[in-house]
Amino acid sequence: MHELSLCEALIDQVTNIAREQQVSSVSDIFVSVGPLSGVEGPLMRHAFPIAAAGTVADQAELHLETTGIRVRCEECGEESDAKMNNLVCASCGDWRTTLISGDELILQRVVMGEARV
Amino acid sequence: MCDTCGCNVTPAADEHAVEVLKGLLDANDHEALHNREHFQRHNVLAINLMSSPGAGKTALLEATIEALGGDLRIAVVEGDLETENDAERIRAKGVPAIQITTGSACHLDAHMVHDALHELELDDVDVLFIENVGNLVCPASFDLGQHINVALLSTPEGDDKPAKYPVMFRAADLVLVTKSDLLEVLDDFDPDAAERHVREIANPAPLLKLSARTGLGMDGWLEWIRREAGSRE
Ligand SMILES: [Zn+2]
Repeated sequence: MHELSLCEALIDQVTNIAREQQVSSVSDIFVSVGPLSGVEGPLMRHAFPIAAAGTVADQAELHLETTGIRVRCEECGEESDAKMNNLVCASCGDWRTTLISGDELILQRVVMGEARV
Repeated sequence: MCDTCGCNVTPAADEHAVEVLKGLLDANDHEALHNREHFQRHNVLAINLMSSPGAGKTALLEATIEALGGDLRIAVVEGDLETENDAERIRAKGVPAIQITTGSACHLDAHMVHDALHELELDDVDVLFIENVGNLVCPASFDLGQHINVALLSTPEGDDKPAKYPVMFRAADLVLVTKSDLLEVLDDFDPDAAERHVREIANPAPLLKLSARTGLGMDGWLEWIRREAGSRE
């Protein structure tokens, strides 16, 4: 379960931000997850409290926002929605496409909690 | 300033929040870049081998070392948990092998590989194989600094593995259909279907059929390694 490693990396980033912002806790963490990032949402939610325990994110809520899969066809130039295991162009059926979105794994936003005293 | 400590954040308007827009894998990717610089500096071709457990990575490595050992100087970073003897098996072939102790980790990351690199004399290496943990999910997310990802697909696993594990097979630069000597007795593996599944995830990677046991198709694989190593000199 690599989601635990990812949550630990997430907590490291959040801890640095909280220090910067001089707060002792954060309340909300927003992460966008593409279906092709290789991350399972439920596993991420399961791992988060383990990684967050005893940190500034101890009481924080993790919000996972799933992004859609979009491809651009190198043959006809059209953009279309796609599925995880089918990235072919919906317009002309060619398989030579480039992923525009769907593999991201990004810390978007952190909402601060109490100011450090 | 730097992109590791979060000092490039900008505050949001209303509540006390900050927009970050940073990849969760930034720290790993940064280290992977560093590994890549090591390889470049020493003219090493780094190949990351990924597969499900038991697809035959170590057997393939043994056969590859036997065939190439005379022409190319090979080293191995061994990250598989399955068999503690893997590094021993490789060393028995006369090439340096560093065993990474992953504990319960289901993947290698760039930091683990970096530590292993410092135990190797990279000036004496032409091709470095990194044998990743046998797992078709987790290793796909972590850049190690390799030049090439090779995914093994063993024939008993079925030809639809690329459709079931698109993240892994999308990352592959080359797919090796291993245990191909079994193709004549297996009726649920169609090499054309395997190729179709790889194309459907928009991956142009070539597929090579081989068998480390019988030597079938090994020539194509060895030729491929020689070409890739040659293009880096
Ligand atoms: Zn098209």
